[in-house]
Amino acid sequence: MEYFLQQLINGITLGSIYGLIAIGYTMVYGIIGMINFAHGDIFMVSSFIALIVITALGLTVSTGLGLTILALILVLVTSMVIASVFGWTTERLAYRPLRGSFRLAPLITAIGISIVLQNYIQITQGARVKPLQPLIEDGYTLMTRADGFTVQLSNMQILIITVTIVLMTVFSLIIAKTSLGRAQRACEQDRKMASLLGINVDRTISMTFVMGAALAAVAGLMFLLYYGVIDFFIGFVAGVKAFTAAVLGGIGSLPGAMLGGLVIGLIETFWSAYFSIEYKDVAAFSMLAIVLIFLPQGLLGKPEVEKV
Amino acid sequence: MINIVEDPVLTVEHLNMRFGGLLAVDDLSFDVDRRDITALIGPNGAGKTTVFNCITGFYKPTEGRITARHEDGAKFLLERMDDFKIPKVAKVARTFQNIRLFGGMTVLENLMVGQHNPLMIASSYTFGGIFGLSGYKKAEKEAVELAKYWMEQTGLTARADDAAGDLPYGEQRKLEIARAMCTKPKLLCLDEPAAGLNPRESEELNKLLLFIRKERDTGVLLIEHDMNVVMGISDHIIVLDYGKKIADGTPEEIRNDPSVIAAYLGVADDEVEEVEHEIEEGVSS
Repeated sequence: MEYFLQQLINGITLGSIYGLIAIGYTMVYGIIGMINFAHGDIFMVSSFIALIVITALGLTVSTGLGLTILALILVLVTSMVIASVFGWTTERLAYRPLRGSFRLAPLITAIGISIVLQNYIQITQGARVKPLQPLIEDGYTLMTRADGFTVQLSNMQILIITVTIVLMTVFSLIIAKTSLGRAQRACEQDRKMASLLGINVDRTISMTFVMGAALAAVAGLMFLLYYGVIDFFIGFVAGVKAFTAAVLGGIGSLPGAMLGGLVIGLIETFWSAYFSIEYKDVAAFSMLAIVLIFLPQGLLGKPEVEKV
Repeated sequence: MINIVEDPVLTVEHLNMRFGGLLAVDDLSFDVDRRDITALIGPNGAGKTTVFNCITGFYKPTEGRITARHEDGAKFLLERMDDFKIPKVAKVARTFQNIRLFGGMTVLENLMVGQHNPLMIASSYTFGGIFGLSGYKKAEKEAVELAKYWMEQTGLTARADDAAGDLPYGEQRKLEIARAMCTKPKLLCLDEPAAGLNPRESEELNKLLLFIRKERDTGVLLIEHDMNVVMGISDHIIVLDYGKKIADGTPEEIRNDPSVIAAYLGVADDEVEEVEHEIEEGVSS
């Protein structure tokens, strides 16, 4: 029981990070009907930016908790802004010039951007893993088993889960309540008509990429803080997992992406805990295959209605 | 026979639109008065929708000039504008022959999408809106007020929170017009607004269009097949056939124009000479 609870906490934390990245995939798919293959690498770049800013600020574990949190907010804002520029550039270079071209073309250019980003980081930051000493330690012991096994909820996990919930809420509200969100949903349904109502469709699509990239930057910082090591290749693995999460939850659906992220995170964690850690990815992807057989539109996706 | 348009909100000059070998619009010129309801009619395939598509930036005309004028004298060359700027800056709105509402959004949201630009500016491109600046709240309130106003005028108030896709056909048509009006247009282009409406709904549509002409400073240009609508409410009619203008005048003039009658009804082979004769008489008189 205690062991299960501990794995549940770990799984939710991992799932939150996947969910944050998955939102970027799902939002872009929602509006232009295409996958942004450079998204995982924007996540990777932003975790490097976070590492650089943390190092530049000279943060260590001995910095007080209050000051650390303040500094981390600064790190977060910086990496969100820079990642947004990367997201905007991706759309500008890989998608906009090819709008109206055949559907595969922007996917290829996006993969191109992804390769460029990976190699750029590999050359400028080196191919070896970059470590970061843990900044936030301690936590709460929730339970202790007779043999001394304890269920821990670390401050780091609390931070990740809280930030995820807050940002999920903020972004859902932006989509639901603001004029930008309405414009995004309008473009999703009928881009031409949206433009006839005076909506700048290109800018709305750019904003979607920017919002996705900003969330990827949050995930980048969380990943860095949680695992403490990053390298130029993390974007690929995390990207594929998050993409799986988005498809599993129903691509195009915001709550679906979050749910998908949680499911993938939980499956991975539980599989590693109870079965073999080597096969955790197999388990996660098999889950995707099984769900798609029975629910082709994903867990929360709307069934595709062909318009005549 | 050419009507003298005093205060044109839209001037189309020598418009040509060519698709490969097909000349869909052939040297078409006309004016739309700010205070008129102007109807563009003609048999199927006459090029009416193509003209609309040129005006609203869907097509770039092969030749010709399309100018929108505001009361303050500002002029906009529509054929050179980005398509989203035509409603945003030149204030020309349109609806489609087939309904293009945002079906998954509510009636109110559809009307709010029409007011995207003022809201974006008021919210400092969303950032101000997130931090709850008072300017945004005021703009949002005004936008809701305008949306409510048009829901009242179109009788959709009770359906405000229903998904637009769930409305009956006639109400969807009205919602499209209401949404276009929420962009505060100087010129409203309606592509067959009465298509598929029953006589009662068609009557309501007439009232709505007359209201728009009377209350708002919005010129109306419509394509319509329903002659009850066309003859009942238009001040000015332009007739197209095979992309050419064959008549231009008041409903009275158009009703009695033999070339229009010939274009609409067609003529039997043995009547051709007779009709041509009549047309010549009509032209010379």
